[in-house]
Amino acid sequence: MDLYREEILEHWRNPQNFGEMKKPDVVVEQVNPLCGDRVIFFFKIKKGKIEDVKFTGSGCAISVASSSILSEAIKGKSVKAIERITGQDVLVLIGGDIAPARLKCVFLPLEAVRKLTGR
Amino acid sequence: MIDVSKIREDFPILKRRINGKQLAYLDNAATSQKPKQVIEAISNFYKTSNANVHRGIHTLSVEATELMENARRKVADFVGVKDSAEIIFVRNATEAVNLVAYSWGRNNIGRGDEIVLTVAEHHSNFVVWQQLALENGAVLKIVPLRQAQGLRPIHENGEVDLVAFKNALTKKTKLVAFFHVSNVLGIINNANRLSSIVHREAPKAKILIDGAQAVPHMPVDIDSIGCDFYVFTGHKMLGPTGIGVLWAKRELLEEMPPFLFGGEMISKVVLEKSSWNELPWKFEAGTPDIAGAIGLGAAVDYLSKIGMENVRKHEIKLTEHAIKKLSEIPDVTIYGPLDAKVRGGVVAFNVGPAHAHDVASILDSEGVAIRSGHHCAQPLMEFLQIESAARASFYIYNTEEEVDRLVEGIGKVKKVFKI
Repeated sequence: MDLYREEILEHWRNPQNFGEMKKPDVVVEQVNPLCGDRVIFFFKIKKGKIEDVKFTGSGCAISVASSSILSEAIKGKSVKAIERITGQDVLVLIGGDIAPARLKCVFLPLEAVRKLTGR
Repeated sequence: MIDVSKIREDFPILKRRINGKQLAYLDNAATSQKPKQVIEAISNFYKTSNANVHRGIHTLSVEATELMENARRKVADFVGVKDSAEIIFVRNATEAVNLVAYSWGRNNIGRGDEIVLTVAEHHSNFVVWQQLALENGAVLKIVPLRQAQGLRPIHENGEVDLVAFKNALTKKTKLVAFFHVSNVLGIINNANRLSSIVHREAPKAKILIDGAQAVPHMPVDIDSIGCDFYVFTGHKMLGPTGIGVLWAKRELLEEMPPFLFGGEMISKVVLEKSSWNELPWKFEAGTPDIAGAIGLGAAVDYLSKIGMENVRKHEIKLTEHAIKKLSEIPDVTIYGPLDAKVRGGVVAFNVGPAHAHDVASILDSEGVAIRSGHHCAQPLMEFLQIESAARASFYIYNTEEEVDRLVEGIGKVKKVFKI
């Protein structure tokens, strides 16, 4: 099944930047009330740049993989650059064939990260 | 026993293919499919008898009124209610609970009064009372499930803890609300027994039972339970969406103020005041879901013909088969008691560390439809210490072969996730 490509499963098994952060500058959280999935992102920010990012939470393989991939993509980027990330960008990063019912799972981490810029 | 292959012919949707595979619909606790008898009853009403009810003198209006009131009579008979004026048509079970909370609850539950619920309630029988308690300063008391005996793990909890239930009841208890059949664990509460405990320990308390998962699946005789309110919904019992039922004792309905105001529910209106129509119409403001009620009547006819004892027997057989097969798979955790005879046809489970949504996605690719998530029962999820669960739920048209396809699908989940 295309949804569960090996790359996604690898991120599920070994999510990147997973865990809590001591003394973060900003913490954002997003919950999907429909399924109860929850993701929390921690940021260290210096001069408008994301020096470090970590995430925790609970969710399906798709949302965990999406969080992991997104955290890799934004690490070292400017906060401004995050504003420009679109849902389409995340879909490209995730790859694969995402069924409509699972789009919410893919976008949950992006919705959380967007709270960083108040967008 | 029932002839499943004959029954299946009545359900056009079961012929559908999903992702190239024959549909195996195992999400009946969410909503059931509809037989052509129900679909035709609704379309025939619109084709031949459509008019507004209780208003017109003309022939169609009289016909429509008769059809709707016949449906009410059928529903009353189906659930063992003698006085069909005690059957109030609402949109769904949630609206029925809300009607009780707004009309009876807000006039009878005040500061310091106690509301007793179980931890396994569906949100519709939980949040409604939680909000009333917050608004009126009442106290919410939550009864846990009985801890399983001996070394059995927490997820095999069998039933409502009767000692805790009894201890929760006091002189201050105004309302006790509990499920008849759990939508997650499948536990069947002994409604008569719980009601008699309430009568003994808190004689003034009223009892509300959520029968959304009971009425579609087993014989229910409301008059004999000893409760005050009983709610259920049409769409889980072969009926259309948009029609549900509140049953309450006549004397309660008579003293309760209307929930919604408007047409239909009125007896006399003058500029300064109004008086209310008789039961049940006092609680059915506005044009009701006439076609929905007629559809529900047809669903009741269909189920009565099969016989609810037979429905229950068929579901026990499927549940036994499912629990046996699922128990044989390493890493599958089944929630609730393992004896099919004491539970409804609802089997919640998890597959190793895989999230329930991923399990449901992979099963969907095999044409097997199940539910995943928290099942609108987050307090229960917390009690069980899980985030979510997958859930297969059965009905009269399901077969052991479909259960086997569920099991095969779980094999695929394990393969994909290397569990």
